[in-house]
Amino acid sequence: MSLLKTFKNGIGKENPVFVQLLGMCPALAVTTTAIDGMGMGLATTAVLLGSNLVISLMRNFIPDKIRIPSFIVVIATFVTLIDMLMNAYAINLYKSLGLFIPLIVVNCLILGRAESFASKNKPFKSIIDGLGMGIGFTLALTILGIVRELFGAGSVFGLDLFGKSFEPALIMILPPGAFIALGILVALLNWFKNKKATRA
Amino acid sequence: MDNNLIASSSPHLRSNETISRVMLDVLIALLPAAIGSIWFFGLDAVILISLAIGAAVISEWICQRVMNRPVSINDLSAAVTGLLVAFNIPPTAPWWIPVIGSAFAIIIVKQLFGGLGHNFMNPALAARAMLLASWPVTMTNWIQPGTQVSADAVSSATTLAILSGDSKAALPSLTDVFFGNVAGCLGETSAFLLIIGGIYLLYRGVINWRIPFTYIATVAVFTLVFGEAFAVDLDPTRMIYHILAGGLMLGAFYMATDYSSSPISARGQVIFGIGCGLITIVIRLQGGYPEGVSYAILLMNLAAPLIDKYTKPKVFGEVK
Repeated sequence: MSLLKTFKNGIGKENPVFVQLLGMCPALAVTTTAIDGMGMGLATTAVLLGSNLVISLMRNFIPDKIRIPSFIVVIATFVTLIDMLMNAYAINLYKSLGLFIPLIVVNCLILGRAESFASKNKPFKSIIDGLGMGIGFTLALTILGIVRELFGAGSVFGLDLFGKSFEPALIMILPPGAFIALGILVALLNWFKNKKATRA
Repeated sequence: MDNNLIASSSPHLRSNETISRVMLDVLIALLPAAIGSIWFFGLDAVILISLAIGAAVISEWICQRVMNRPVSINDLSAAVTGLLVAFNIPPTAPWWIPVIGSAFAIIIVKQLFGGLGHNFMNPALAARAMLLASWPVTMTNWIQPGTQVSADAVSSATTLAILSGDSKAALPSLTDVFFGNVAGCLGETSAFLLIIGGIYLLYRGVINWRIPFTYIATVAVFTLVFGEAFAVDLDPTRMIYHILAGGLMLGAFYMATDYSSSPISARGQVIFGIGCGLITIVIRLQGGYPEGVSYAILLMNLAAPLIDKYTKPKVFGEVK
């Protein structure tokens, strides 16, 4: 696969959230606002870049039998880094994401890329893959955050859109709203894809 | 003569029971309660009911057109859902509450899961749960019957809220609760009119006795023995209040009996009814909400496939 294809793969064809349905926990839990969704996406992208690079570099030294624990140690190192960096430089985002930052360790998207890509490919290609997947993840979480914030709070990125007379549907920023919004987005995406496929 | 010997494929005997006939029966059964709600809450009820039914039918039409399915608004099922949505909202609701509720019920709960007969929970109740979670204040704004929202609304509390101690208002008389002269959702106030409709449905064979009877009986037994927070205290008056007030009659006769979201087997239906009753009681006597009928039915809807799985009748001659 060419580099460009590897990069685009994560954004569209194999989008982690909308197609692979990976990393559901942060995708559903922290997307109550567009900012939170984007913050979580970027934090995950940073971890993914680091872990993909290091795991790809060490792919020939890691014994096959203990590869999962080794991957987790690498991932946890980067998550700790990101956790401390966010605590220092983005305190508001750090507070609103809370527990979900340490939980990036167990995001199956990151472990999935380590297992299925970084451990089999060269470092540069792994970075490109991490970048593509990370951007795809960030995009999906931001879209989900925008939709939920729009209907659940009447604003986008904190910008009030409808004025005071609009009564937002609280359910959209509650857990059921996350499932409804994600389900409808995935359905719409598949609908467009099928339409494109039948036309071509 | 030869033609008479050709056997077509089954079924050979057709009854005149069709979807639209069943739905028409449900509408006829709900008519007394609808007229009652207009009697009690006036023009507001007319507007809310028409909006809910209109929105439900239009949503169904749009959805089926977009999804390339045959348009089936003539089977009246969307109208029934719309009417039930209207029955589940308070008379003070602004115009967009029934519209959003009906659209949610039809598009998300019914059509996206495959249309009539494929919904995994009762659409009208799912809409109610969604509306209550989204606009908790708007959805619990009760007024006295006979007063108009626009002019002289007297805010009030539901009988169950008074029973559970959430409201300090005086308890309405049993006659008022029975005939529906109390505050509540549009269609739930009059146990009398709902029972008339329920008897009609039983007579027509649209529903059978199992779910409504076991549901109401379970509630009756438990409220006879237990008071608030499950304190043991025999009190027949409390039992009658619990049976007649709130959404129990509406839920037991019209919503728990939804074909596609309740169990098929007879034993399963009895389990379903008892389960609904138990959850309702737990929510009413112990939970944070004064009323639990809607959540009880929704939770049991989710359990219906499991109940069906475990109450599957044994095939004749089968050896385990």
